[in-house]
Amino acid sequence: MASFSLKVNGKKMEVDVSPDTPLLWVLRDTLGLTGTKYGCGIAQCGACTVHLDGHAVRSCSLPVSAVKEGTVVTIEGLSDKGDHPVQLAWQSVDVPQCGYCQSGQIMSAAALLKTHPSPTDAEIDAAMAGNICRCGTYKRIRKAIHEAANQGSEQ
Amino acid sequence: MKTNRRNFLKVSTAAGGGLVLGFNWLQACNPASRQVSDAVFHPNAFLKIAADGWVTLQAPNPEIGQGVKTALPLIVAEELDVDWAMVKVEQAKLDTENYQRQVAGGSGSVRHGWEALRQAGATAREMLKQAAAKEWKVSPDECTTEKGEVVHTASGKRMPYGELVEKAVALPVPENPPLKDVKDFHLLGTRIPNVDNPKIVTGKMDYGMDTKREGMLIAVVARPPAFGQKLKSFDDTETKKLPGVKQVVSFDDKVAVLGTSTWEVMKGRDALKIEWTEDDPRETSSEHQKAFEALLKNNSEKPKRDDGKVEEVFKKGNRLIEGTYEAPFLAHNTMEPMNFFADVKENHVELYGPTQLPAHSRKVVSEALEIPEEKIEVGMTRMGGGFGRRLDIAFVVEAAKVSQLAKAPVKVVWTREDDMTGGYYRPAGMYKYRAALKDERLVGWHLQASAINSGNGTRENNFPAGAVQNFRVDYHKLESPITTGPWRAPNHNFIAFSEESFVDEIAHSLKKDPVAFRLELLEDAKQQPIGEVQYDPDRYKAVVQKAAEMAGWGTKALPEGVYQGFAAHYSFSTYVAQVAEVSVQQGKINVHKVYCAVDCGIVVNLSGAETQIEGGIMDGLGHALYGELTFKNGKAQANNFHQYQLMRIPDAPEIEVAFLQNNENPTGLGEPGLPPIPAAVANAVFAATGKRIRKLPFRKSGLA
Repeated sequence: MASFSLKVNGKKMEVDVSPDTPLLWVLRDTLGLTGTKYGCGIAQCGACTVHLDGHAVRSCSLPVSAVKEGTVVTIEGLSDKGDHPVQLAWQSVDVPQCGYCQSGQIMSAAALLKTHPSPTDAEIDAAMAGNICRCGTYKRIRKAIHEAANQGSEQ
Repeated sequence: MKTNRRNFLKVSTAAGGGLVLGFNWLQACNPASRQVSDAVFHPNAFLKIAADGWVTLQAPNPEIGQGVKTALPLIVAEELDVDWAMVKVEQAKLDTENYQRQVAGGSGSVRHGWEALRQAGATAREMLKQAAAKEWKVSPDECTTEKGEVVHTASGKRMPYGELVEKAVALPVPENPPLKDVKDFHLLGTRIPNVDNPKIVTGKMDYGMDTKREGMLIAVVARPPAFGQKLKSFDDTETKKLPGVKQVVSFDDKVAVLGTSTWEVMKGRDALKIEWTEDDPRETSSEHQKAFEALLKNNSEKPKRDDGKVEEVFKKGNRLIEGTYEAPFLAHNTMEPMNFFADVKENHVELYGPTQLPAHSRKVVSEALEIPEEKIEVGMTRMGGGFGRRLDIAFVVEAAKVSQLAKAPVKVVWTREDDMTGGYYRPAGMYKYRAALKDERLVGWHLQASAINSGNGTRENNFPAGAVQNFRVDYHKLESPITTGPWRAPNHNFIAFSEESFVDEIAHSLKKDPVAFRLELLEDAKQQPIGEVQYDPDRYKAVVQKAAEMAGWGTKALPEGVYQGFAAHYSFSTYVAQVAEVSVQQGKINVHKVYCAVDCGIVVNLSGAETQIEGGIMDGLGHALYGELTFKNGKAQANNFHQYQLMRIPDAPEIEVAFLQNNENPTGLGEPGLPPIPAAVANAVFAATGKRIRKLPFRKSGLA
């Protein structure tokens, strides 16, 4: 076991865990931030996507010891009131079916919009290919990202 | 599903019209919040109305992503005639006294619950009308309801339901309240978003995986790595040295490692030294293929259906065609792997988690633990997908056994690898179709089918049965220790691919347009039906025609290299027809667009209905393109998504869905969108390349 000081959703958090523990399990089991989901454990499905220094990363394959000074944002910290344009678009387009993959989808989509404020379908497909939705909400995911892009540009 | 009124009243009287749970929260959220009475109108298990006007509706059935947590309360709300914005939905626990068929399966929640849900809402509306009428000293017949208010039409007087709560509580519950006329529906058929969206998009939705309780231990279980293997011995010395590991218990050829952190117990399991038996017989996929081929050489002892004289038409010098279709095993791969919470105490058991069959879970756990069902409570979490996987009970029983042995509340968690290799697959199968053609007509149809463990692998009364004079279906079950179970649109998911591809083969062989050929068969089934016909040929024809029209079948100019394919299928009482627009480039199948026409009767929630059809198409397409699980010596040859490909967004086609408008009672939606798509795509690939795909998945079809 070892102590780590993490910056998660704007707060400093001290944790005492094995250094090889993936960030995912620190978030879920230690910090109680269960919005970040376990899907595969090998960075293949994207359910565990969080932002590390603004970039989308798979927290299941990132040892807590590698986070260091990085700033972590999870679905719980994406916005204060659940009103990030992607979160709003996800609701108005009614994207979720089971919903389990959607926090990862939303985090990937929010990261995409930072670098591509008005993405094309091809850019969406490229950026979102790491996130599996087993319910097949892909059509609505594309639509919601376009809608979030429009909302974002109007702000 | 029916309200059991007598039992319900007994329960609610005992509860004495107490507070609604979360009352303060409701008040806090209501901008018009004011000091109101704490009376609650609770005429049946489906609904409660508080004096401040908030309506709490229970979602009785488990939610796996099929949308019933929204759709079922919506039906109550329609009959109750309330403002949906004033509704809060709660997931009901297992309660067999008050609800029937708390099941997620068979696309059945809406169609089986329809009447009882409407009755539940109508009962309350009728009582509220009576309460207002009494207050106004008028006849209830002069009153109507509108968005949560009773209205006296003649005088224009209005009273919100909340203000009637205290008066309605005292009234007798009517036995047969009048139901709304379908034409007066104002909620059903509109687009209502998933009620859990606000929690889902903020990460606040708790799934079974997220369960955490005081004193709870997390467990992972080492199970035999291959079907046919058993536990010989294990050594947990190294495991017990690890800091996060609290206990190790063994049962039923399994070893469970328990602790306080998921990561630590996963490491603890890796540190176990386990010896599994090596001498039991174990199976390999190529052997299944040979066994199927041998079985299909003969008819079964008793055909599933035998119209006319099949043997004769296949001997009489008619033109014969044949196609043998093959399906692999598929894993369900719900995004949320299996897990369950159990707290087994001597006098009370709590089971909580993702199950599609809560009542059956309780029964089986009761038998396994020898604890009476009355002492077992079952709660359902929202589930990260089901697709049939959580119709299995074994993982619930396993959690209960671990808790019993560990004498602690336990959440058993499956890793992705555990989940993918853990069984309960869509069975592999082989279906051989033969057709006899005479004078440009289909005169004989013979299906010889075989699949693993399934006793129910054919739908012999479905299309094209009823349209063919000589029609026979034979089925052979092949027993295997590899466990199998229902997988979204069970049996239909492969029957539709093989049958609708073979119908396309026949149409091409007869030089007939595939859509016109189907319409011709359906007309025959209507005019001169042969034997039992389960489908309505007119409703079937209507979706065939609609999909063809949407896609401009035979009329629209398609882009260079793009071809259309058609398929239709009837399942779970719903009619679905699809046209896929496909191109094939360097052997890769690109599906650009899918047109889909659906007759599911009355549409309950347009957004939910549409997304189920879209999801069914993506699911069916993705698995047709990529899905396959093979076995070697009883061991699954893929254990995670790097080896088992699921469809990702770049492969997702555009989809256009149309629902046929009618006033028939609602039918299934969670599954019927899936079955036609593999054949629609394969038929388009045939149009594009002249190559007939008869074996799933498509990626192995060697189109390059």
